[in-house]
Amino acid sequence: METFTIRAQARASLPGTGRQAIVGVVASGNLEVLLERSETGDAVVVDVTTSARGFRAVWEAVVADFIARSSPGGVRFSIHDNGARPDTVTLRLLQGVKLLETQP
Amino acid sequence: MIPEEIVRSPSWYESSARNRIAGVLDADTFHEILGPAERVMSPHLELFDLPPAFDDGVIVGRGQLDGKPVAIIAQEGQFMGGTFAEVSGAKIVGLLRAVTAAAGTPDGVSAVLLLLDTGGVRLQEANAGELAVSETVRALLGVRAAGIPVVALVGGRAGAFGGGGIVTACCSHVVISEQGRISVTGPEVIETNKGAEEFDSRDRALVWRVTGGRSRVLLGGADSYVKGDVASFRAAAARSRNAAPPFTLETMAAEQERLEKRLSSYGDCRDTPEIWARAGLADPASVPDIDDDAFLALLSEREIKHDAR
Repeated sequence: METFTIRAQARASLPGTGRQAIVGVVASGNLEVLLERSETGDAVVVDVTTSARGFRAVWEAVVADFIARSSPGGVRFSIHDNGARPDTVTLRLLQGVKLLETQP
Repeated sequence: MIPEEIVRSPSWYESSARNRIAGVLDADTFHEILGPAERVMSPHLELFDLPPAFDDGVIVGRGQLDGKPVAIIAQEGQFMGGTFAEVSGAKIVGLLRAVTAAAGTPDGVSAVLLLLDTGGVRLQEANAGELAVSETVRALLGVRAAGIPVVALVGGRAGAFGGGGIVTACCSHVVISEQGRISVTGPEVIETNKGAEEFDSRDRALVWRVTGGRSRVLLGGADSYVKGDVASFRAAAARSRNAAPPFTLETMAAEQERLEKRLSSYGDCRDTPEIWARAGLADPASVPDIDDDAFLALLSEREIKHDAR
């Protein structure tokens, strides 16, 4: 297992008022993402716990691409990954912010 | 594009535990206890270099079904095989005990819905898991003794095996779909211990013929058979909440008699078509192949009912 934190700045804070959301399951080739609106300003924090060692550079690229696409400022993402592919990670991140944005 | 009928009626088998809860309860009524943000997780998995889950694979809470309060427990079969473990087990037992304590008060619930999806005990924390199963059985019977029905809903990928099979058998009412499976010793375990001649776990047709929803409902291991969509499970949960037998000595004696009769009638059969032939079904070999509508028609025309529980 490997654990690390990626910090970034988004262009804007995430719209909506939902406080937290969870998407995905820690199944084989899948991951769960817990989203919490807990960061100040447009800061983004991504805590990753992954079963696959040695892919930090790929995670950083996926997260950078995701932040450029969706601008989730103010959100902390906590991830438990069980060997998901980068496209699955992107999908879950996008699902997560959509859920948080549209929640009452 | 996802076909329209799948958007409208999602499959129980394909849904996550959270989506099953959302589909079973009235919209927006679910209140989770120890939700993911509280991070009450397994302290053991890290030792095995395995990623944990925020809810340890079990979601518990309260909600409403047709306007009446219910307690609900759902296992996520895709996380570690939906296992009974220290934290997940404590969540189940804690909720069941709270339900018993609240019986007859304004916080009382009309039923407990148990959405089983499990291979049994989590091997990485097996001692705690075995204890969790026995504590669950005791707490579940406590709920029934307090006059509150416990309804099992079985139709997930992992089925209800090991301790999950035992827990299922203790419920007031068991709802199952074709994909659902109930047993104690799993097919792979039987094969490992007794050889492929005894039970070939790779023979999918055999596995479902023996442990699957149709055979379970025909033999009385389950009480209601539903099509595999979430809405059918919801409807069956609402119906069976009112049909549960009282938890009395008479019911237990009748259950014992029912099981003894079943064993003496079919105990020497080698496979399920033999049982259906002996039970007088017209075309026993076709039971796994007919569609759900035809199977439901077969159940109702033969008036297959197994009371007691």
